[in-house]
Amino acid sequence: MKVMHLIKRGLSGLITTASGARISAEGTDGQAPDFPSQAIYFANHSSHLDFVTLWAIMPAELQPKVRPIAAADYWGSGIKQSVATGIFNAHLVHRYKDRPHTTIDARPTRQTDSGSSPKTSQLTGMTDILDAGDSLIIFPEGTRGPGDQVATFQAGLYRLAKHSPDVPVVPVTLKNLGRILPKGEAIPVPRLSQVIVHNPLFVGDDESQEDFLARARRVLADELATETEGETA
Amino acid sequence: MIGLIDSTMLTLFIGIGGILVLATVIAAILGFAKRGQENSTLKNLNQRIAAWWAMALGLAITLLIGETAVIILFLGLSFLALREFLTIAPTHRSDHKTLVWLVYIIPVINYWFLWEHWYGAFAVLIPVYAFLFLPIRNALAGDTDNFLQRAAMIQWALMVCVYAISYIPAIMQLPVMMHNGREAAEGSALGGGGAEGALLMLFLVVVVQLSDVFQYVWGKTLGKHPVAPSVSPNKTWEGLIGGVLTATAIGAGLWWITPFVWWQAALLAFVSCLMGFFGGLVMSSIKRDRGVKDFGATIAGHGGIMDRLDSLSFSAPVFFHLVRFFFTT
Repeated sequence: MKVMHLIKRGLSGLITTASGARISAEGTDGQAPDFPSQAIYFANHSSHLDFVTLWAIMPAELQPKVRPIAAADYWGSGIKQSVATGIFNAHLVHRYKDRPHTTIDARPTRQTDSGSSPKTSQLTGMTDILDAGDSLIIFPEGTRGPGDQVATFQAGLYRLAKHSPDVPVVPVTLKNLGRILPKGEAIPVPRLSQVIVHNPLFVGDDESQEDFLARARRVLADELATETEGETA
Repeated sequence: MIGLIDSTMLTLFIGIGGILVLATVIAAILGFAKRGQENSTLKNLNQRIAAWWAMALGLAITLLIGETAVIILFLGLSFLALREFLTIAPTHRSDHKTLVWLVYIIPVINYWFLWEHWYGAFAVLIPVYAFLFLPIRNALAGDTDNFLQRAAMIQWALMVCVYAISYIPAIMQLPVMMHNGREAAEGSALGGGGAEGALLMLFLVVVVQLSDVFQYVWGKTLGKHPVAPSVSPNKTWEGLIGGVLTATAIGAGLWWITPFVWWQAALLAFVSCLMGFFGGLVMSSIKRDRGVKDFGATIAGHGGIMDRLDSLSFSAPVFFHLVRFFFTT
């Protein structure tokens, strides 16, 4: 186990160096963020580097108890599965798009998944993880986007927050990772990236699903809008 | 002689080390006197001193190993400079595959030609082949939106971060051309420039870095009239004239580490410092355009590689070609 631990520390260092990631707490200039012992981390999604980087920035003592949620249709087979579950401790779920293809999917919109309700079975695995005292890393957009925008959130984040109302929901904005390794590319191009850990959110007692998801999404969208370094199109 | 280091260079490095120790002590005393205060000038000073230590140690260690090590060092610096440049350059998503060529393939070939002492290929690879190939690759990607700007941006990244910077280690080969002629220098043995070539490279690095320092010092003490106020209020005529003249005098005083007589060393130092100033000015314009203060703004507490190499990247190609034109046959 000791060897595996060292490998994981080395890998974490390698990932943050390679992605040039500067990690800071919200509103500070490079000050290290606090990581609660248990949390539901959610972030904007534009690259395979997203979950890898989020995993890598976790403090050593918390890292084994953080479970990134990854899509079974991409990560669920062969060597990718061994890497995702064996090293990054990922929990694989079947994505909504596994359902039979409908004409709605073909519509040219970035919001095909918006407002969709994840199947209950998807969430059971995640709520089990929360009940066991572990943390989650989820990407509520459901799929990778172009990097400069945040798509509408799926409902899972709200359901998880409702399931464990005392667990802080921590927004994390990832900047530039989508420019290092965008969707559809195999070779990363070196750039410096930024990880901003925001103040935790808690779902209000009478807060509606829509309100909470909009509030959570706005944290990331506002942070991305302040971006000054380069732009993607 | 060990690696490329002879007794003259040892003397030079002892001198550099002494100056750096002195600078570190002064900065520590200043830091102690102003403890508890946030002071951006002091922070900047400490960053610069740290960068010079890294530069001096990096060059000393690689020179001890040999020319190959120096070339690998600069290949690494080019890579890091490209990373900073691409962070602030507004490239499109569709440029990705072109950027893979830009970052991983062209620099390696460029430094490989340099390593082979194959000047004819080194001199034209980027300005001819790469500059024509990259827009072709980009056109094949099919995105015409802002095409000219993107093509220019990518070529400029290659020009400054790779081609210009690679002229710094290229200086090490100049003595081979000076003694044996340009033709005999093509494909000559690695390390053929010897300590003389390494000293010539150090001459440029020391003079241009000191020019930066003295421009900063003169500008802070006497600076009143900015050269280009809309680009950088910190670059003043007083700083420029004082810094360049001081560094030129130092360059003349360092004639003994070069193959030149004192006035030749002074003239080359003068032109290099002037180019160094303009390099800083051009890079400031890019940073201002992109709304960032430093190239390494995304790394807390560090200026970027390009913030330290901007002046050298503009002076090295001109220094190389002036020496090649006037002193080799």
